Amino acid sequence: MTVQTERPPSGPADVRKADGGGSGGPRTRAASRAGALAPYLLLLPAVAASVLLLGWPLLKDVLLSFQNLNMAQLIQHVTEWNGVENYKETLTSEQFWRVTLRSILFTAANVALIMVLGTLIGLLLARLGRRMRFTLLIGLVLAWAMPVVAATTVYQWLFATRYGVVNWVLDKLGWHSMADYSWTSSQMSTFFVVTLLIVWMSIPFVAINLYAATTTIPGELYEAASLDGAGVWRSFTTVTMPFLRPFLYATTFLEIIWVFKAFVQVYTFNEGGPDRLTEILPVYAYVEGVGNQHYGMGAAIAVLTILILLGLTAYYLRIVLKQEEDEL
Amino acid sequence: MKRSLFGRVWPNATAVVLFIGFVFPVYWMFATALKPRGDILADNPVWFPTDITFEHFETATGADHFWTYVTNSLTVTVLAVVFSLIIALAGSFALARMRFKGRRGFIIGFMLAQMAPWEVMVIAMYMIVRDASMLNSLVPLTLFYMMMILPFTILTLRGFVAAVPKELEESAMVDGCTRAQAFRRVILPLLAPGLMSTSLFGFITAWNEFALVLVLNKDTEAKTLPLWLSSFQTQFGDDWGATMAASSLFAIPILILFVFLQRKAVSGLTAGAVKG
Repeated sequence: MTVQTERPPSGPADVRKADGGGSGGPRTRAASRAGALAPYLLLLPAVAASVLLLGWPLLKDVLLSFQNLNMAQLIQHVTEWNGVENYKETLTSEQFWRVTLRSILFTAANVALIMVLGTLIGLLLARLGRRMRFTLLIGLVLAWAMPVVAATTVYQWLFATRYGVVNWVLDKLGWHSMADYSWTSSQMSTFFVVTLLIVWMSIPFVAINLYAATTTIPGELYEAASLDGAGVWRSFTTVTMPFLRPFLYATTFLEIIWVFKAFVQVYTFNEGGPDRLTEILPVYAYVEGVGNQHYGMGAAIAVLTILILLGLTAYYLRIVLKQEEDEL
Repeated sequence: MKRSLFGRVWPNATAVVLFIGFVFPVYWMFATALKPRGDILADNPVWFPTDITFEHFETATGADHFWTYVTNSLTVTVLAVVFSLIIALAGSFALARMRFKGRRGFIIGFMLAQMAPWEVMVIAMYMIVRDASMLNSLVPLTLFYMMMILPFTILTLRGFVAAVPKELEESAMVDGCTRAQAFRRVILPLLAPGLMSTSLFGFITAWNEFALVLVLNKDTEAKTLPLWLSSFQTQFGDDWGATMAASSLFAIPILILFVFLQRKAVSGLTAGAVKG
């Protein structure tokens, strides 16, 4: 075991090297062995919890996806293996591919909106005077802090058919057909509200962090750029952007993960309706698996969903892992 | 001349519009909760409530089992946060201060665990909990919530532990402390702000969790506040005053915590999420 605590190199590491040779008193040897085990012992609870509470459900999900598990089997506690039947059925169903495409488009649209608007607001924060910036920050933090379920409920009220503020405003603006419009009645209007909700609650994270990142850019760089005759746009592209790029990659990656599995917003707003037309993959897996009690099928959809998510984020995941390896 | 005036005005004007856009839903939630019924169901919205009433809050808190849900939510959330802090503290100390084989692997493992798609895994978790005959119990909820926030807690605390100067610990050990004593007397007090902001995010995650409790706990007695809130509207029909009062009650603890701890929290979040 080559364990090394961060002490002078003449410390326990040397003793351990000598371990096999038998030099060094028995006390130091015992102490060094305990020292060698210490980090593993300290990590043991966390690793045990991860294996039991995360690893086991993941494995269980894969196991379930190879089983014929419906209401009957669930009640009788029987395990019926059916090979790749669930996958075959899922992958050949038109519904699955439609939901997959919908999920990807939904994620792309949301993440694009969040990143573009969030970046612009972040840059705006950097330009504002102190008082105005503080005011806008308060607004952003409030939106950020709103619990998801509470926010969804509020949006249901804002977009309520009767007495909802949005319909009232649209009516007053001259769009009279919207006076009693039901936003949950069609696929596009439901997606519109859900997107607005997700963008509204996700922008603050991007904007505030981006603003924080701009404050770390040394001012001399801008001075140097302007001495070299760079205009506003040029100093933006040559100074600001290179500084923010790693940050933007990281945030985009996180947002893709968060939006892709936005179960709560979609499900609580309209339960994937109308006519299951706004189901995205996590909602689809839930409705098929738990709602329609095809647990095996639901598990197969879940496995495929995780694979798709991995595929969407693989590019960035590789960068992060590599970067982390270099740093450690 | 004209252009510079415009140049000064537009950022502020945009900021005002954005401020209104971001605050309005939150404002409207509180405003509706405080308005009398007649003002809520008015043909023209009452933008600023003048008649303040607390009847909707009474309806919400007087709803069946409201206090059961509050107790359940608090129990599950607080226990999950405390357990994950304890487990993470040990692990993050090892990751921040010790060199050992496989250290990098552990860190990457926790980074990946942080991205676990919990919403998608509910079916497997349901089967596991059912096979253990633990449906409608707070125990599996607490354990899974603890796991949901554990990777983030470890990675964030690792940053905070690493930020405590090693010399402090070493000088304590020179003065005769054991490593454990040095940790308890020197590092732990310095970690307090880090622990606070880390637990804030754990608290928010656990307090908000919806998908898992939706699947696991169908009994009224075992539900938590998010489930209650999502079904509130169905139960109370179009009583938007009460619904908004319920939302406010659910949101207030988080809003308060968040606004106070935001600054530390942001650096903590980026440290954990972006830097690993």
